[in-house]
Amino acid sequence: MADIATPYTAGKPALKESSEALRARIPGWGVDLDPADRPSFPREQPGIETGAHWDFPERQREEWPRERSIEHAFLTPVFGTSTPPKGASGAIRKYAYARFSEGRAAHWLLLIAADRVDAWEQHLRSLATTRPDNPVTETGILSEPARHGLRSRFGSKRADVNHQWIDPILVGGPWVVAGLGAAAAIRTLSRGLQSRAGARK
Amino acid sequence: MVYRGPYKIRVEEKDIPRIEHPNDAIVRVTTGAICGSDLHLYHGMMPDTRVGMTFGHEFVGVVHEVGSSVQNLAVGDRVMVPFNVYCGSCYFCSRGLYSNCHNVNPNATAVGGIYGYSHTCGGYDGGQAEFVRVPFADVGPSKIPDWMDEEDAVLLTDALPTGYFGAQLGDIVEGDTVVVFGAGPVGLFAAKSAWLMGAGRVIVIDHLEYRLEKARTFAHAETYNFVEYDDIVGHLKKATDYLGADVVIDAVGAEADGNFVQHVTGTKLKLQGGSPVALNWAIDAVRKGGTVSVVGAYGPIFSAVKFGDAVNKGLTLRMNQCPVKRQWPRLFEHIRNGYLKPSDIVTHRIPLEHISEGYHMFSAKLDECIKPLIISTPA
Repeated sequence: MADIATPYTAGKPALKESSEALRARIPGWGVDLDPADRPSFPREQPGIETGAHWDFPERQREEWPRERSIEHAFLTPVFGTSTPPKGASGAIRKYAYARFSEGRAAHWLLLIAADRVDAWEQHLRSLATTRPDNPVTETGILSEPARHGLRSRFGSKRADVNHQWIDPILVGGPWVVAGLGAAAAIRTLSRGLQSRAGARK
Repeated sequence: MVYRGPYKIRVEEKDIPRIEHPNDAIVRVTTGAICGSDLHLYHGMMPDTRVGMTFGHEFVGVVHEVGSSVQNLAVGDRVMVPFNVYCGSCYFCSRGLYSNCHNVNPNATAVGGIYGYSHTCGGYDGGQAEFVRVPFADVGPSKIPDWMDEEDAVLLTDALPTGYFGAQLGDIVEGDTVVVFGAGPVGLFAAKSAWLMGAGRVIVIDHLEYRLEKARTFAHAETYNFVEYDDIVGHLKKATDYLGADVVIDAVGAEADGNFVQHVTGTKLKLQGGSPVALNWAIDAVRKGGTVSVVGAYGPIFSAVKFGDAVNKGLTLRMNQCPVKRQWPRLFEHIRNGYLKPSDIVTHRIPLEHISEGYHMFSAKLDECIKPLIISTPA
């Protein structure tokens, strides 16, 4: 019987270490042994004391039309007020909330698309400010030498090294494409102006 | 800090948040942390993560201002704030499901409120900042006990309770074999907590050798680096005499490595709610009739999960965001008794003004980073 693996017979596998040995070796072993005496048991505890001194909370003031899931009966009494929707990304977000429930993939895919649009809107807007986006400082990549970038990645077996090369493409790629596009546009424009000037002569 | 698009953040001056509801408090943050789940935001994976938002759901600080109906806190109190924003009175909160509150997140009914965690989680700015608005100040925050270290307190706002909760979801009984996928902060705490619940064997799986070393020393666990095995599930079956583990905990979530296609489609191209490699391994590595506990964070869209295996094996799948404050009294006891010392996993302390470097280091797993804390500049 000794060479028949556990699941093919009724017995439980022998413990590698007895409870007594584990209790002696590991501080606190078994102090929460009783499943019924753990903090989240039972999962639902009707009437649990929470500190709330209201049946329904007073409503926070809505200072702009706050987007909400159509699965809610109304705007929740309290909500976050970070970064109101604006621009094209804001329009996409409002549409996703107003049109699709959380059960629809379109809801989430539109919100993810809006995130990408938002990033571009804000990058372009930043170029017109005294503090344009700086992908070098904002990615924190300058910390590589101090944080042993090479040794950390290649000093041992790591599964993530096989895809980390994609990150710079994801971050820098759109900037390169945008730069090439801008250069092409400028070149086209200047050629157009030159040929127009040539035609006048 | 503010988010500037995927992989980009910077420090900006923002107005100090104001009281927007009578039960709000404004907290001056003294110590915060970057959570592994913040990386999902940083990588642009969580829908409706807006440029300009401030992240951070692990923080402690000092009460700076309170709203007119706040009874339990006063200006000057040192407080720890659970990552859950919750009202304490809705259908779900009144049953203890604080992470599923229905009164704080207009953007989604499928998730409660979380500080600094996109508009999908309510649109609240977070605590990787000098100041933060804390709704329902009489419900969520607690005064930090005098005997408690600030760094232990900040780890009690998410990482430790979530790991401990993950072990509870496994319904561990004496002698169980428990496998934990992920040796990050939550996985380390889940492994450590499994022993408290009487596990007979605790195995931790990861691909970062320095984290596995921590799992051996901090969590007394047996460890395997999945990179060293052609098939980690097959290896785990052999290691458990072909039975499988009684309980498997997924403490990895959306950015799991181990399958290039899953990782790229889930985390780089955002075509899934996350890369469910660890979850699929959990489903395959647990024994028939066993329990899979999921505390790793996933996005709200679909993921390619091997659900058929879960059905055919008769598994119990248990999961939730942790209702943090329900765990605190017991965890306070365990810290006082010396069974847990959460700050032992802290590897880096980063000033707020250098947070973009901190995110890069944590994201790229440089410098043997396990848990970076963010130290706010004194106001």
